[in-house]
Amino acid sequence: MSIIPNWLHRLSSPRNFYRFAGTVSDWCGWIALVLIAIGLYYGLVNSPPDYQQGDSARIMYIHVPAAWMSMFVYMVMAGAAAVGMIWRIKAASAFANASAPVGAMFTAMALATGMLWGKPMWGTYWVWDARLTSELILLFLYLGYMALQSAIEDRDTAARATAILALVGVVNIPIIHYSVEWWNTLHQGATVSKMDKPSIHISMLIPLLIMALAFKFYYFSNVLRRARCEVLEREKDKSWVQELVRGEQP
Amino acid sequence: MRPKQRNRLILAIVIVLFVAVSAALALTALNKNINLFYSPTMIVHGEAPHDRVIRAGGMVSEGSVQRDPDSLQITFKLNDKVNEITVKYTGILPDLFREGQGIIVQGKLAPDGTIMATEVLAKHDENYMPPEVEHALETAKQMGVANTKKD
Amino acid sequence: MSEFFHMGGYAFYVWSSYSLAAVLLLVSWIQPRLREKRLRRDIARRLRRSKR
Repeated sequence: MSIIPNWLHRLSSPRNFYRFAGTVSDWCGWIALVLIAIGLYYGLVNSPPDYQQGDSARIMYIHVPAAWMSMFVYMVMAGAAAVGMIWRIKAASAFANASAPVGAMFTAMALATGMLWGKPMWGTYWVWDARLTSELILLFLYLGYMALQSAIEDRDTAARATAILALVGVVNIPIIHYSVEWWNTLHQGATVSKMDKPSIHISMLIPLLIMALAFKFYYFSNVLRRARCEVLEREKDKSWVQELVRGEQP
Repeated sequence: MRPKQRNRLILAIVIVLFVAVSAALALTALNKNINLFYSPTMIVHGEAPHDRVIRAGGMVSEGSVQRDPDSLQITFKLNDKVNEITVKYTGILPDLFREGQGIIVQGKLAPDGTIMATEVLAKHDENYMPPEVEHALETAKQMGVANTKKD
Repeated sequence: MSEFFHMGGYAFYVWSSYSLAAVLLLVSWIQPRLREKRLRRDIARRLRRSKR
């Protein structure tokens, strides 16, 4: 009872967070790099082509993890923003702000690779079906979050406004996930999260899961880097920051 | 938890619930319009309009594909295991087009119920496997092993 | 080897997807690093000015 709060308390000081985030970010970054290398080897070399789609199915190893991340990051972002709004915890708001650009990046990646997959397989880059449209709305939610955050000067007001936007957008996540079941779509149904066993052969599931794990580590590495910037900006008048930058070239 | 924090927590929950309920209502009201395509059964029952471009989706019936030898015109049947409609199309087909494949066509419904398609899109399934596995599954199915192996 | 790059005829789509993903990951990797560098430089500059 006494050890953990003490440890947490020390971590929550901005100076310790800054150092800690840097170390964890580096470690996650290295793990992500190794996993991406393994994932690329399995995905591009050591996995069979699909029985129907041939080698174009290899796009899946980028597309599906990116799409999972786009939803995962959104839930983390909305959760952090809500915690920041309810308990006025600045670090949580900073974490939410840092998550938005990474989430937008993964959403853009999912959309773009999906289009490049759709052209040869479906016969079109884009179709306004429920899955594609709701994923596009997710991208707009991220961009809206970032725009709102940068448009409001006062930090506390910005945190409140963005948290409300993030919470409103949460409704889109189940819509994305279930769109392929609720409506007729061109996009196929879920493969891996089906309740019975996933209908993907093990040789293709391995690179998929490795890449998904790699993207998770990449996200944590990247979001902590961005959170560090937020901390630095907020604390620029504090003595520890001034000590940190002393002696640096202007 | 202090009262102010509790109020903000309640506010957050109310926002999520309110948006979820309104989204559910809106989506239920729009339900039919969100569907990307009509199924052959819906078309046979006259649920699809004749005066504008529609999409129809289903499986290409086995043995129904007829190619015109002189042009790119192709005629095939689309089924949803219950009903069947005829589609006429001129143009290039996606790589996944084949008999038994789920596809979506876009075009106008002629008075006789034939769809004059201007676009054909292939819908692929959620199964991913190497060709050898697919071949093995096919063989097993033909030998009737697939059913007994499950038990 | 050339067969590997050919990707069964889907070379354009597969390689565009992978290179696009690589570019996005790289840009996102560089962004916070540049921002941090700029921030620290600005803070150092301001500090120097206020001391004078």
